[in-house]
Amino acid sequence: MSWTREQMAQRAALELRDGYYVNLGIGIPTLVANFIPPGVDVTLQSENGMLGMGPFPYEGEADADLINAGKQTITQLPTSSFFSSADSFAMIRGGHIDLTILGAMEVAENGDLANWTIPGKMLKGMGGAMDLAANVKRLIVLMEHTSKDGESKVLQRCKLPLTGAACVDLIVSDLGVFECDKKGGSGLKLIELAPGVTVDDVKAKTKAKMTVAL
Amino acid sequence: MSKKVFPDAAAALEGVLFDGMTLMSGGFGLSGNPENCIAAMARLPVKNLTVISNNCGADGFGLWVLLNNGQISKMVSSYVGENKLFEQLYLTGKLQLELNPQGTLAERIRAGGAGIPAFFTKTGVGTVVAEGKPVQEFDGEKYVMERGLMADVAIVKAWKGDTAGNLVYRKTAQNFNSVMATAGKVTIAEVEHLVQPGEIDPDAVHTPGIYVSRIFQGAGYEKRIERLTTRPREGAKA
Repeated sequence: MSWTREQMAQRAALELRDGYYVNLGIGIPTLVANFIPPGVDVTLQSENGMLGMGPFPYEGEADADLINAGKQTITQLPTSSFFSSADSFAMIRGGHIDLTILGAMEVAENGDLANWTIPGKMLKGMGGAMDLAANVKRLIVLMEHTSKDGESKVLQRCKLPLTGAACVDLIVSDLGVFECDKKGGSGLKLIELAPGVTVDDVKAKTKAKMTVAL
Repeated sequence: MSKKVFPDAAAALEGVLFDGMTLMSGGFGLSGNPENCIAAMARLPVKNLTVISNNCGADGFGLWVLLNNGQISKMVSSYVGENKLFEQLYLTGKLQLELNPQGTLAERIRAGGAGIPAFFTKTGVGTVVAEGKPVQEFDGEKYVMERGLMADVAIVKAWKGDTAGNLVYRKTAQNFNSVMATAGKVTIAEVEHLVQPGEIDPDAVHTPGIYVSRIFQGAGYEKRIERLTTRPREGAKA
């Protein structure tokens, strides 16, 4: 047993706090918007130039001028605002975003994050991921613990080119929740297990220094 | 009639294009693309372009058309995924690519338009992006130096513009358009609605007319949606 993608998103949503401005990455992080806890009011930023992202539009009401950073059609809210890409990243770079939740290909025990390229295999680009990684107050990685081939994505050091160095605060995977020591070098701390998952299961699938504090 | 107003894209582009030039093109994905200018450029012989744009269109649309014509030799972008032609040209060495973090790209353009030759940012420190660039410490944190960007011509798309070149964008179609408008030696704006002075509230202007050299009312906007995503109405049958 482990968490499904929805359950992972639901667990990550517990990290949201009332009043937060939040940027959700593409993939599983997008699902977090479906699990915002009752009584918690968060404003979602979309780095293409919007604060206050609303839900997907009803059929027939999509507007080509209103999309999120994943290029999906969305809607606005009474509290929404629009601005340029330069202003959008000024608020990111300036540290005004409280939390970002991003997907990852690899995370290292020192908080390094790799999620934008596989040399020779995948050519896409980093988009806004490097800006978010370097400048947002708190960064949560939300990802499957292992790759499709069963390789651990939680490593001592990343092998892929980095998105950001020492930037990850917390990892939520299908196996559990881990704190990253970005500055101190004490490695990962396992603080929560998904139901039915044992510490040994996690150890077997983790290639990083890890302490257990359940 | 204002000297800035042109009848269409072909007329607005006349005399400002040359081989080997640098072009900025607004838009994020397919939203807020200067569709008329791109289509007109595809019919002109100009080539060896360096194009600064967040993305490079999508199959059959936007800058993809110039790429498919072999008119682009270098792209400066932040994300070029979902574009098979791009990948193929890049991997066979027919296209150069400079990837920038999206916020760094936006700020480089903002800086260029504001007369700032370089600035420092935390973004990219400790990654390949910082390789070969000066890194300096401020207040105990490391920052990498990035250069301002200018272009020979910037093509931008706005929702509304007046004959003095004042522009208003609509929702997330603003994206890179307003900042690129400031960084072109020549900026050409295409608008869905060209209006007379006084019809735009001065408090609502996003791009003041000083930045806009030429303006025209575009035609036949396709405004294609890349990822149509909707939800069912409450109470509707599934």
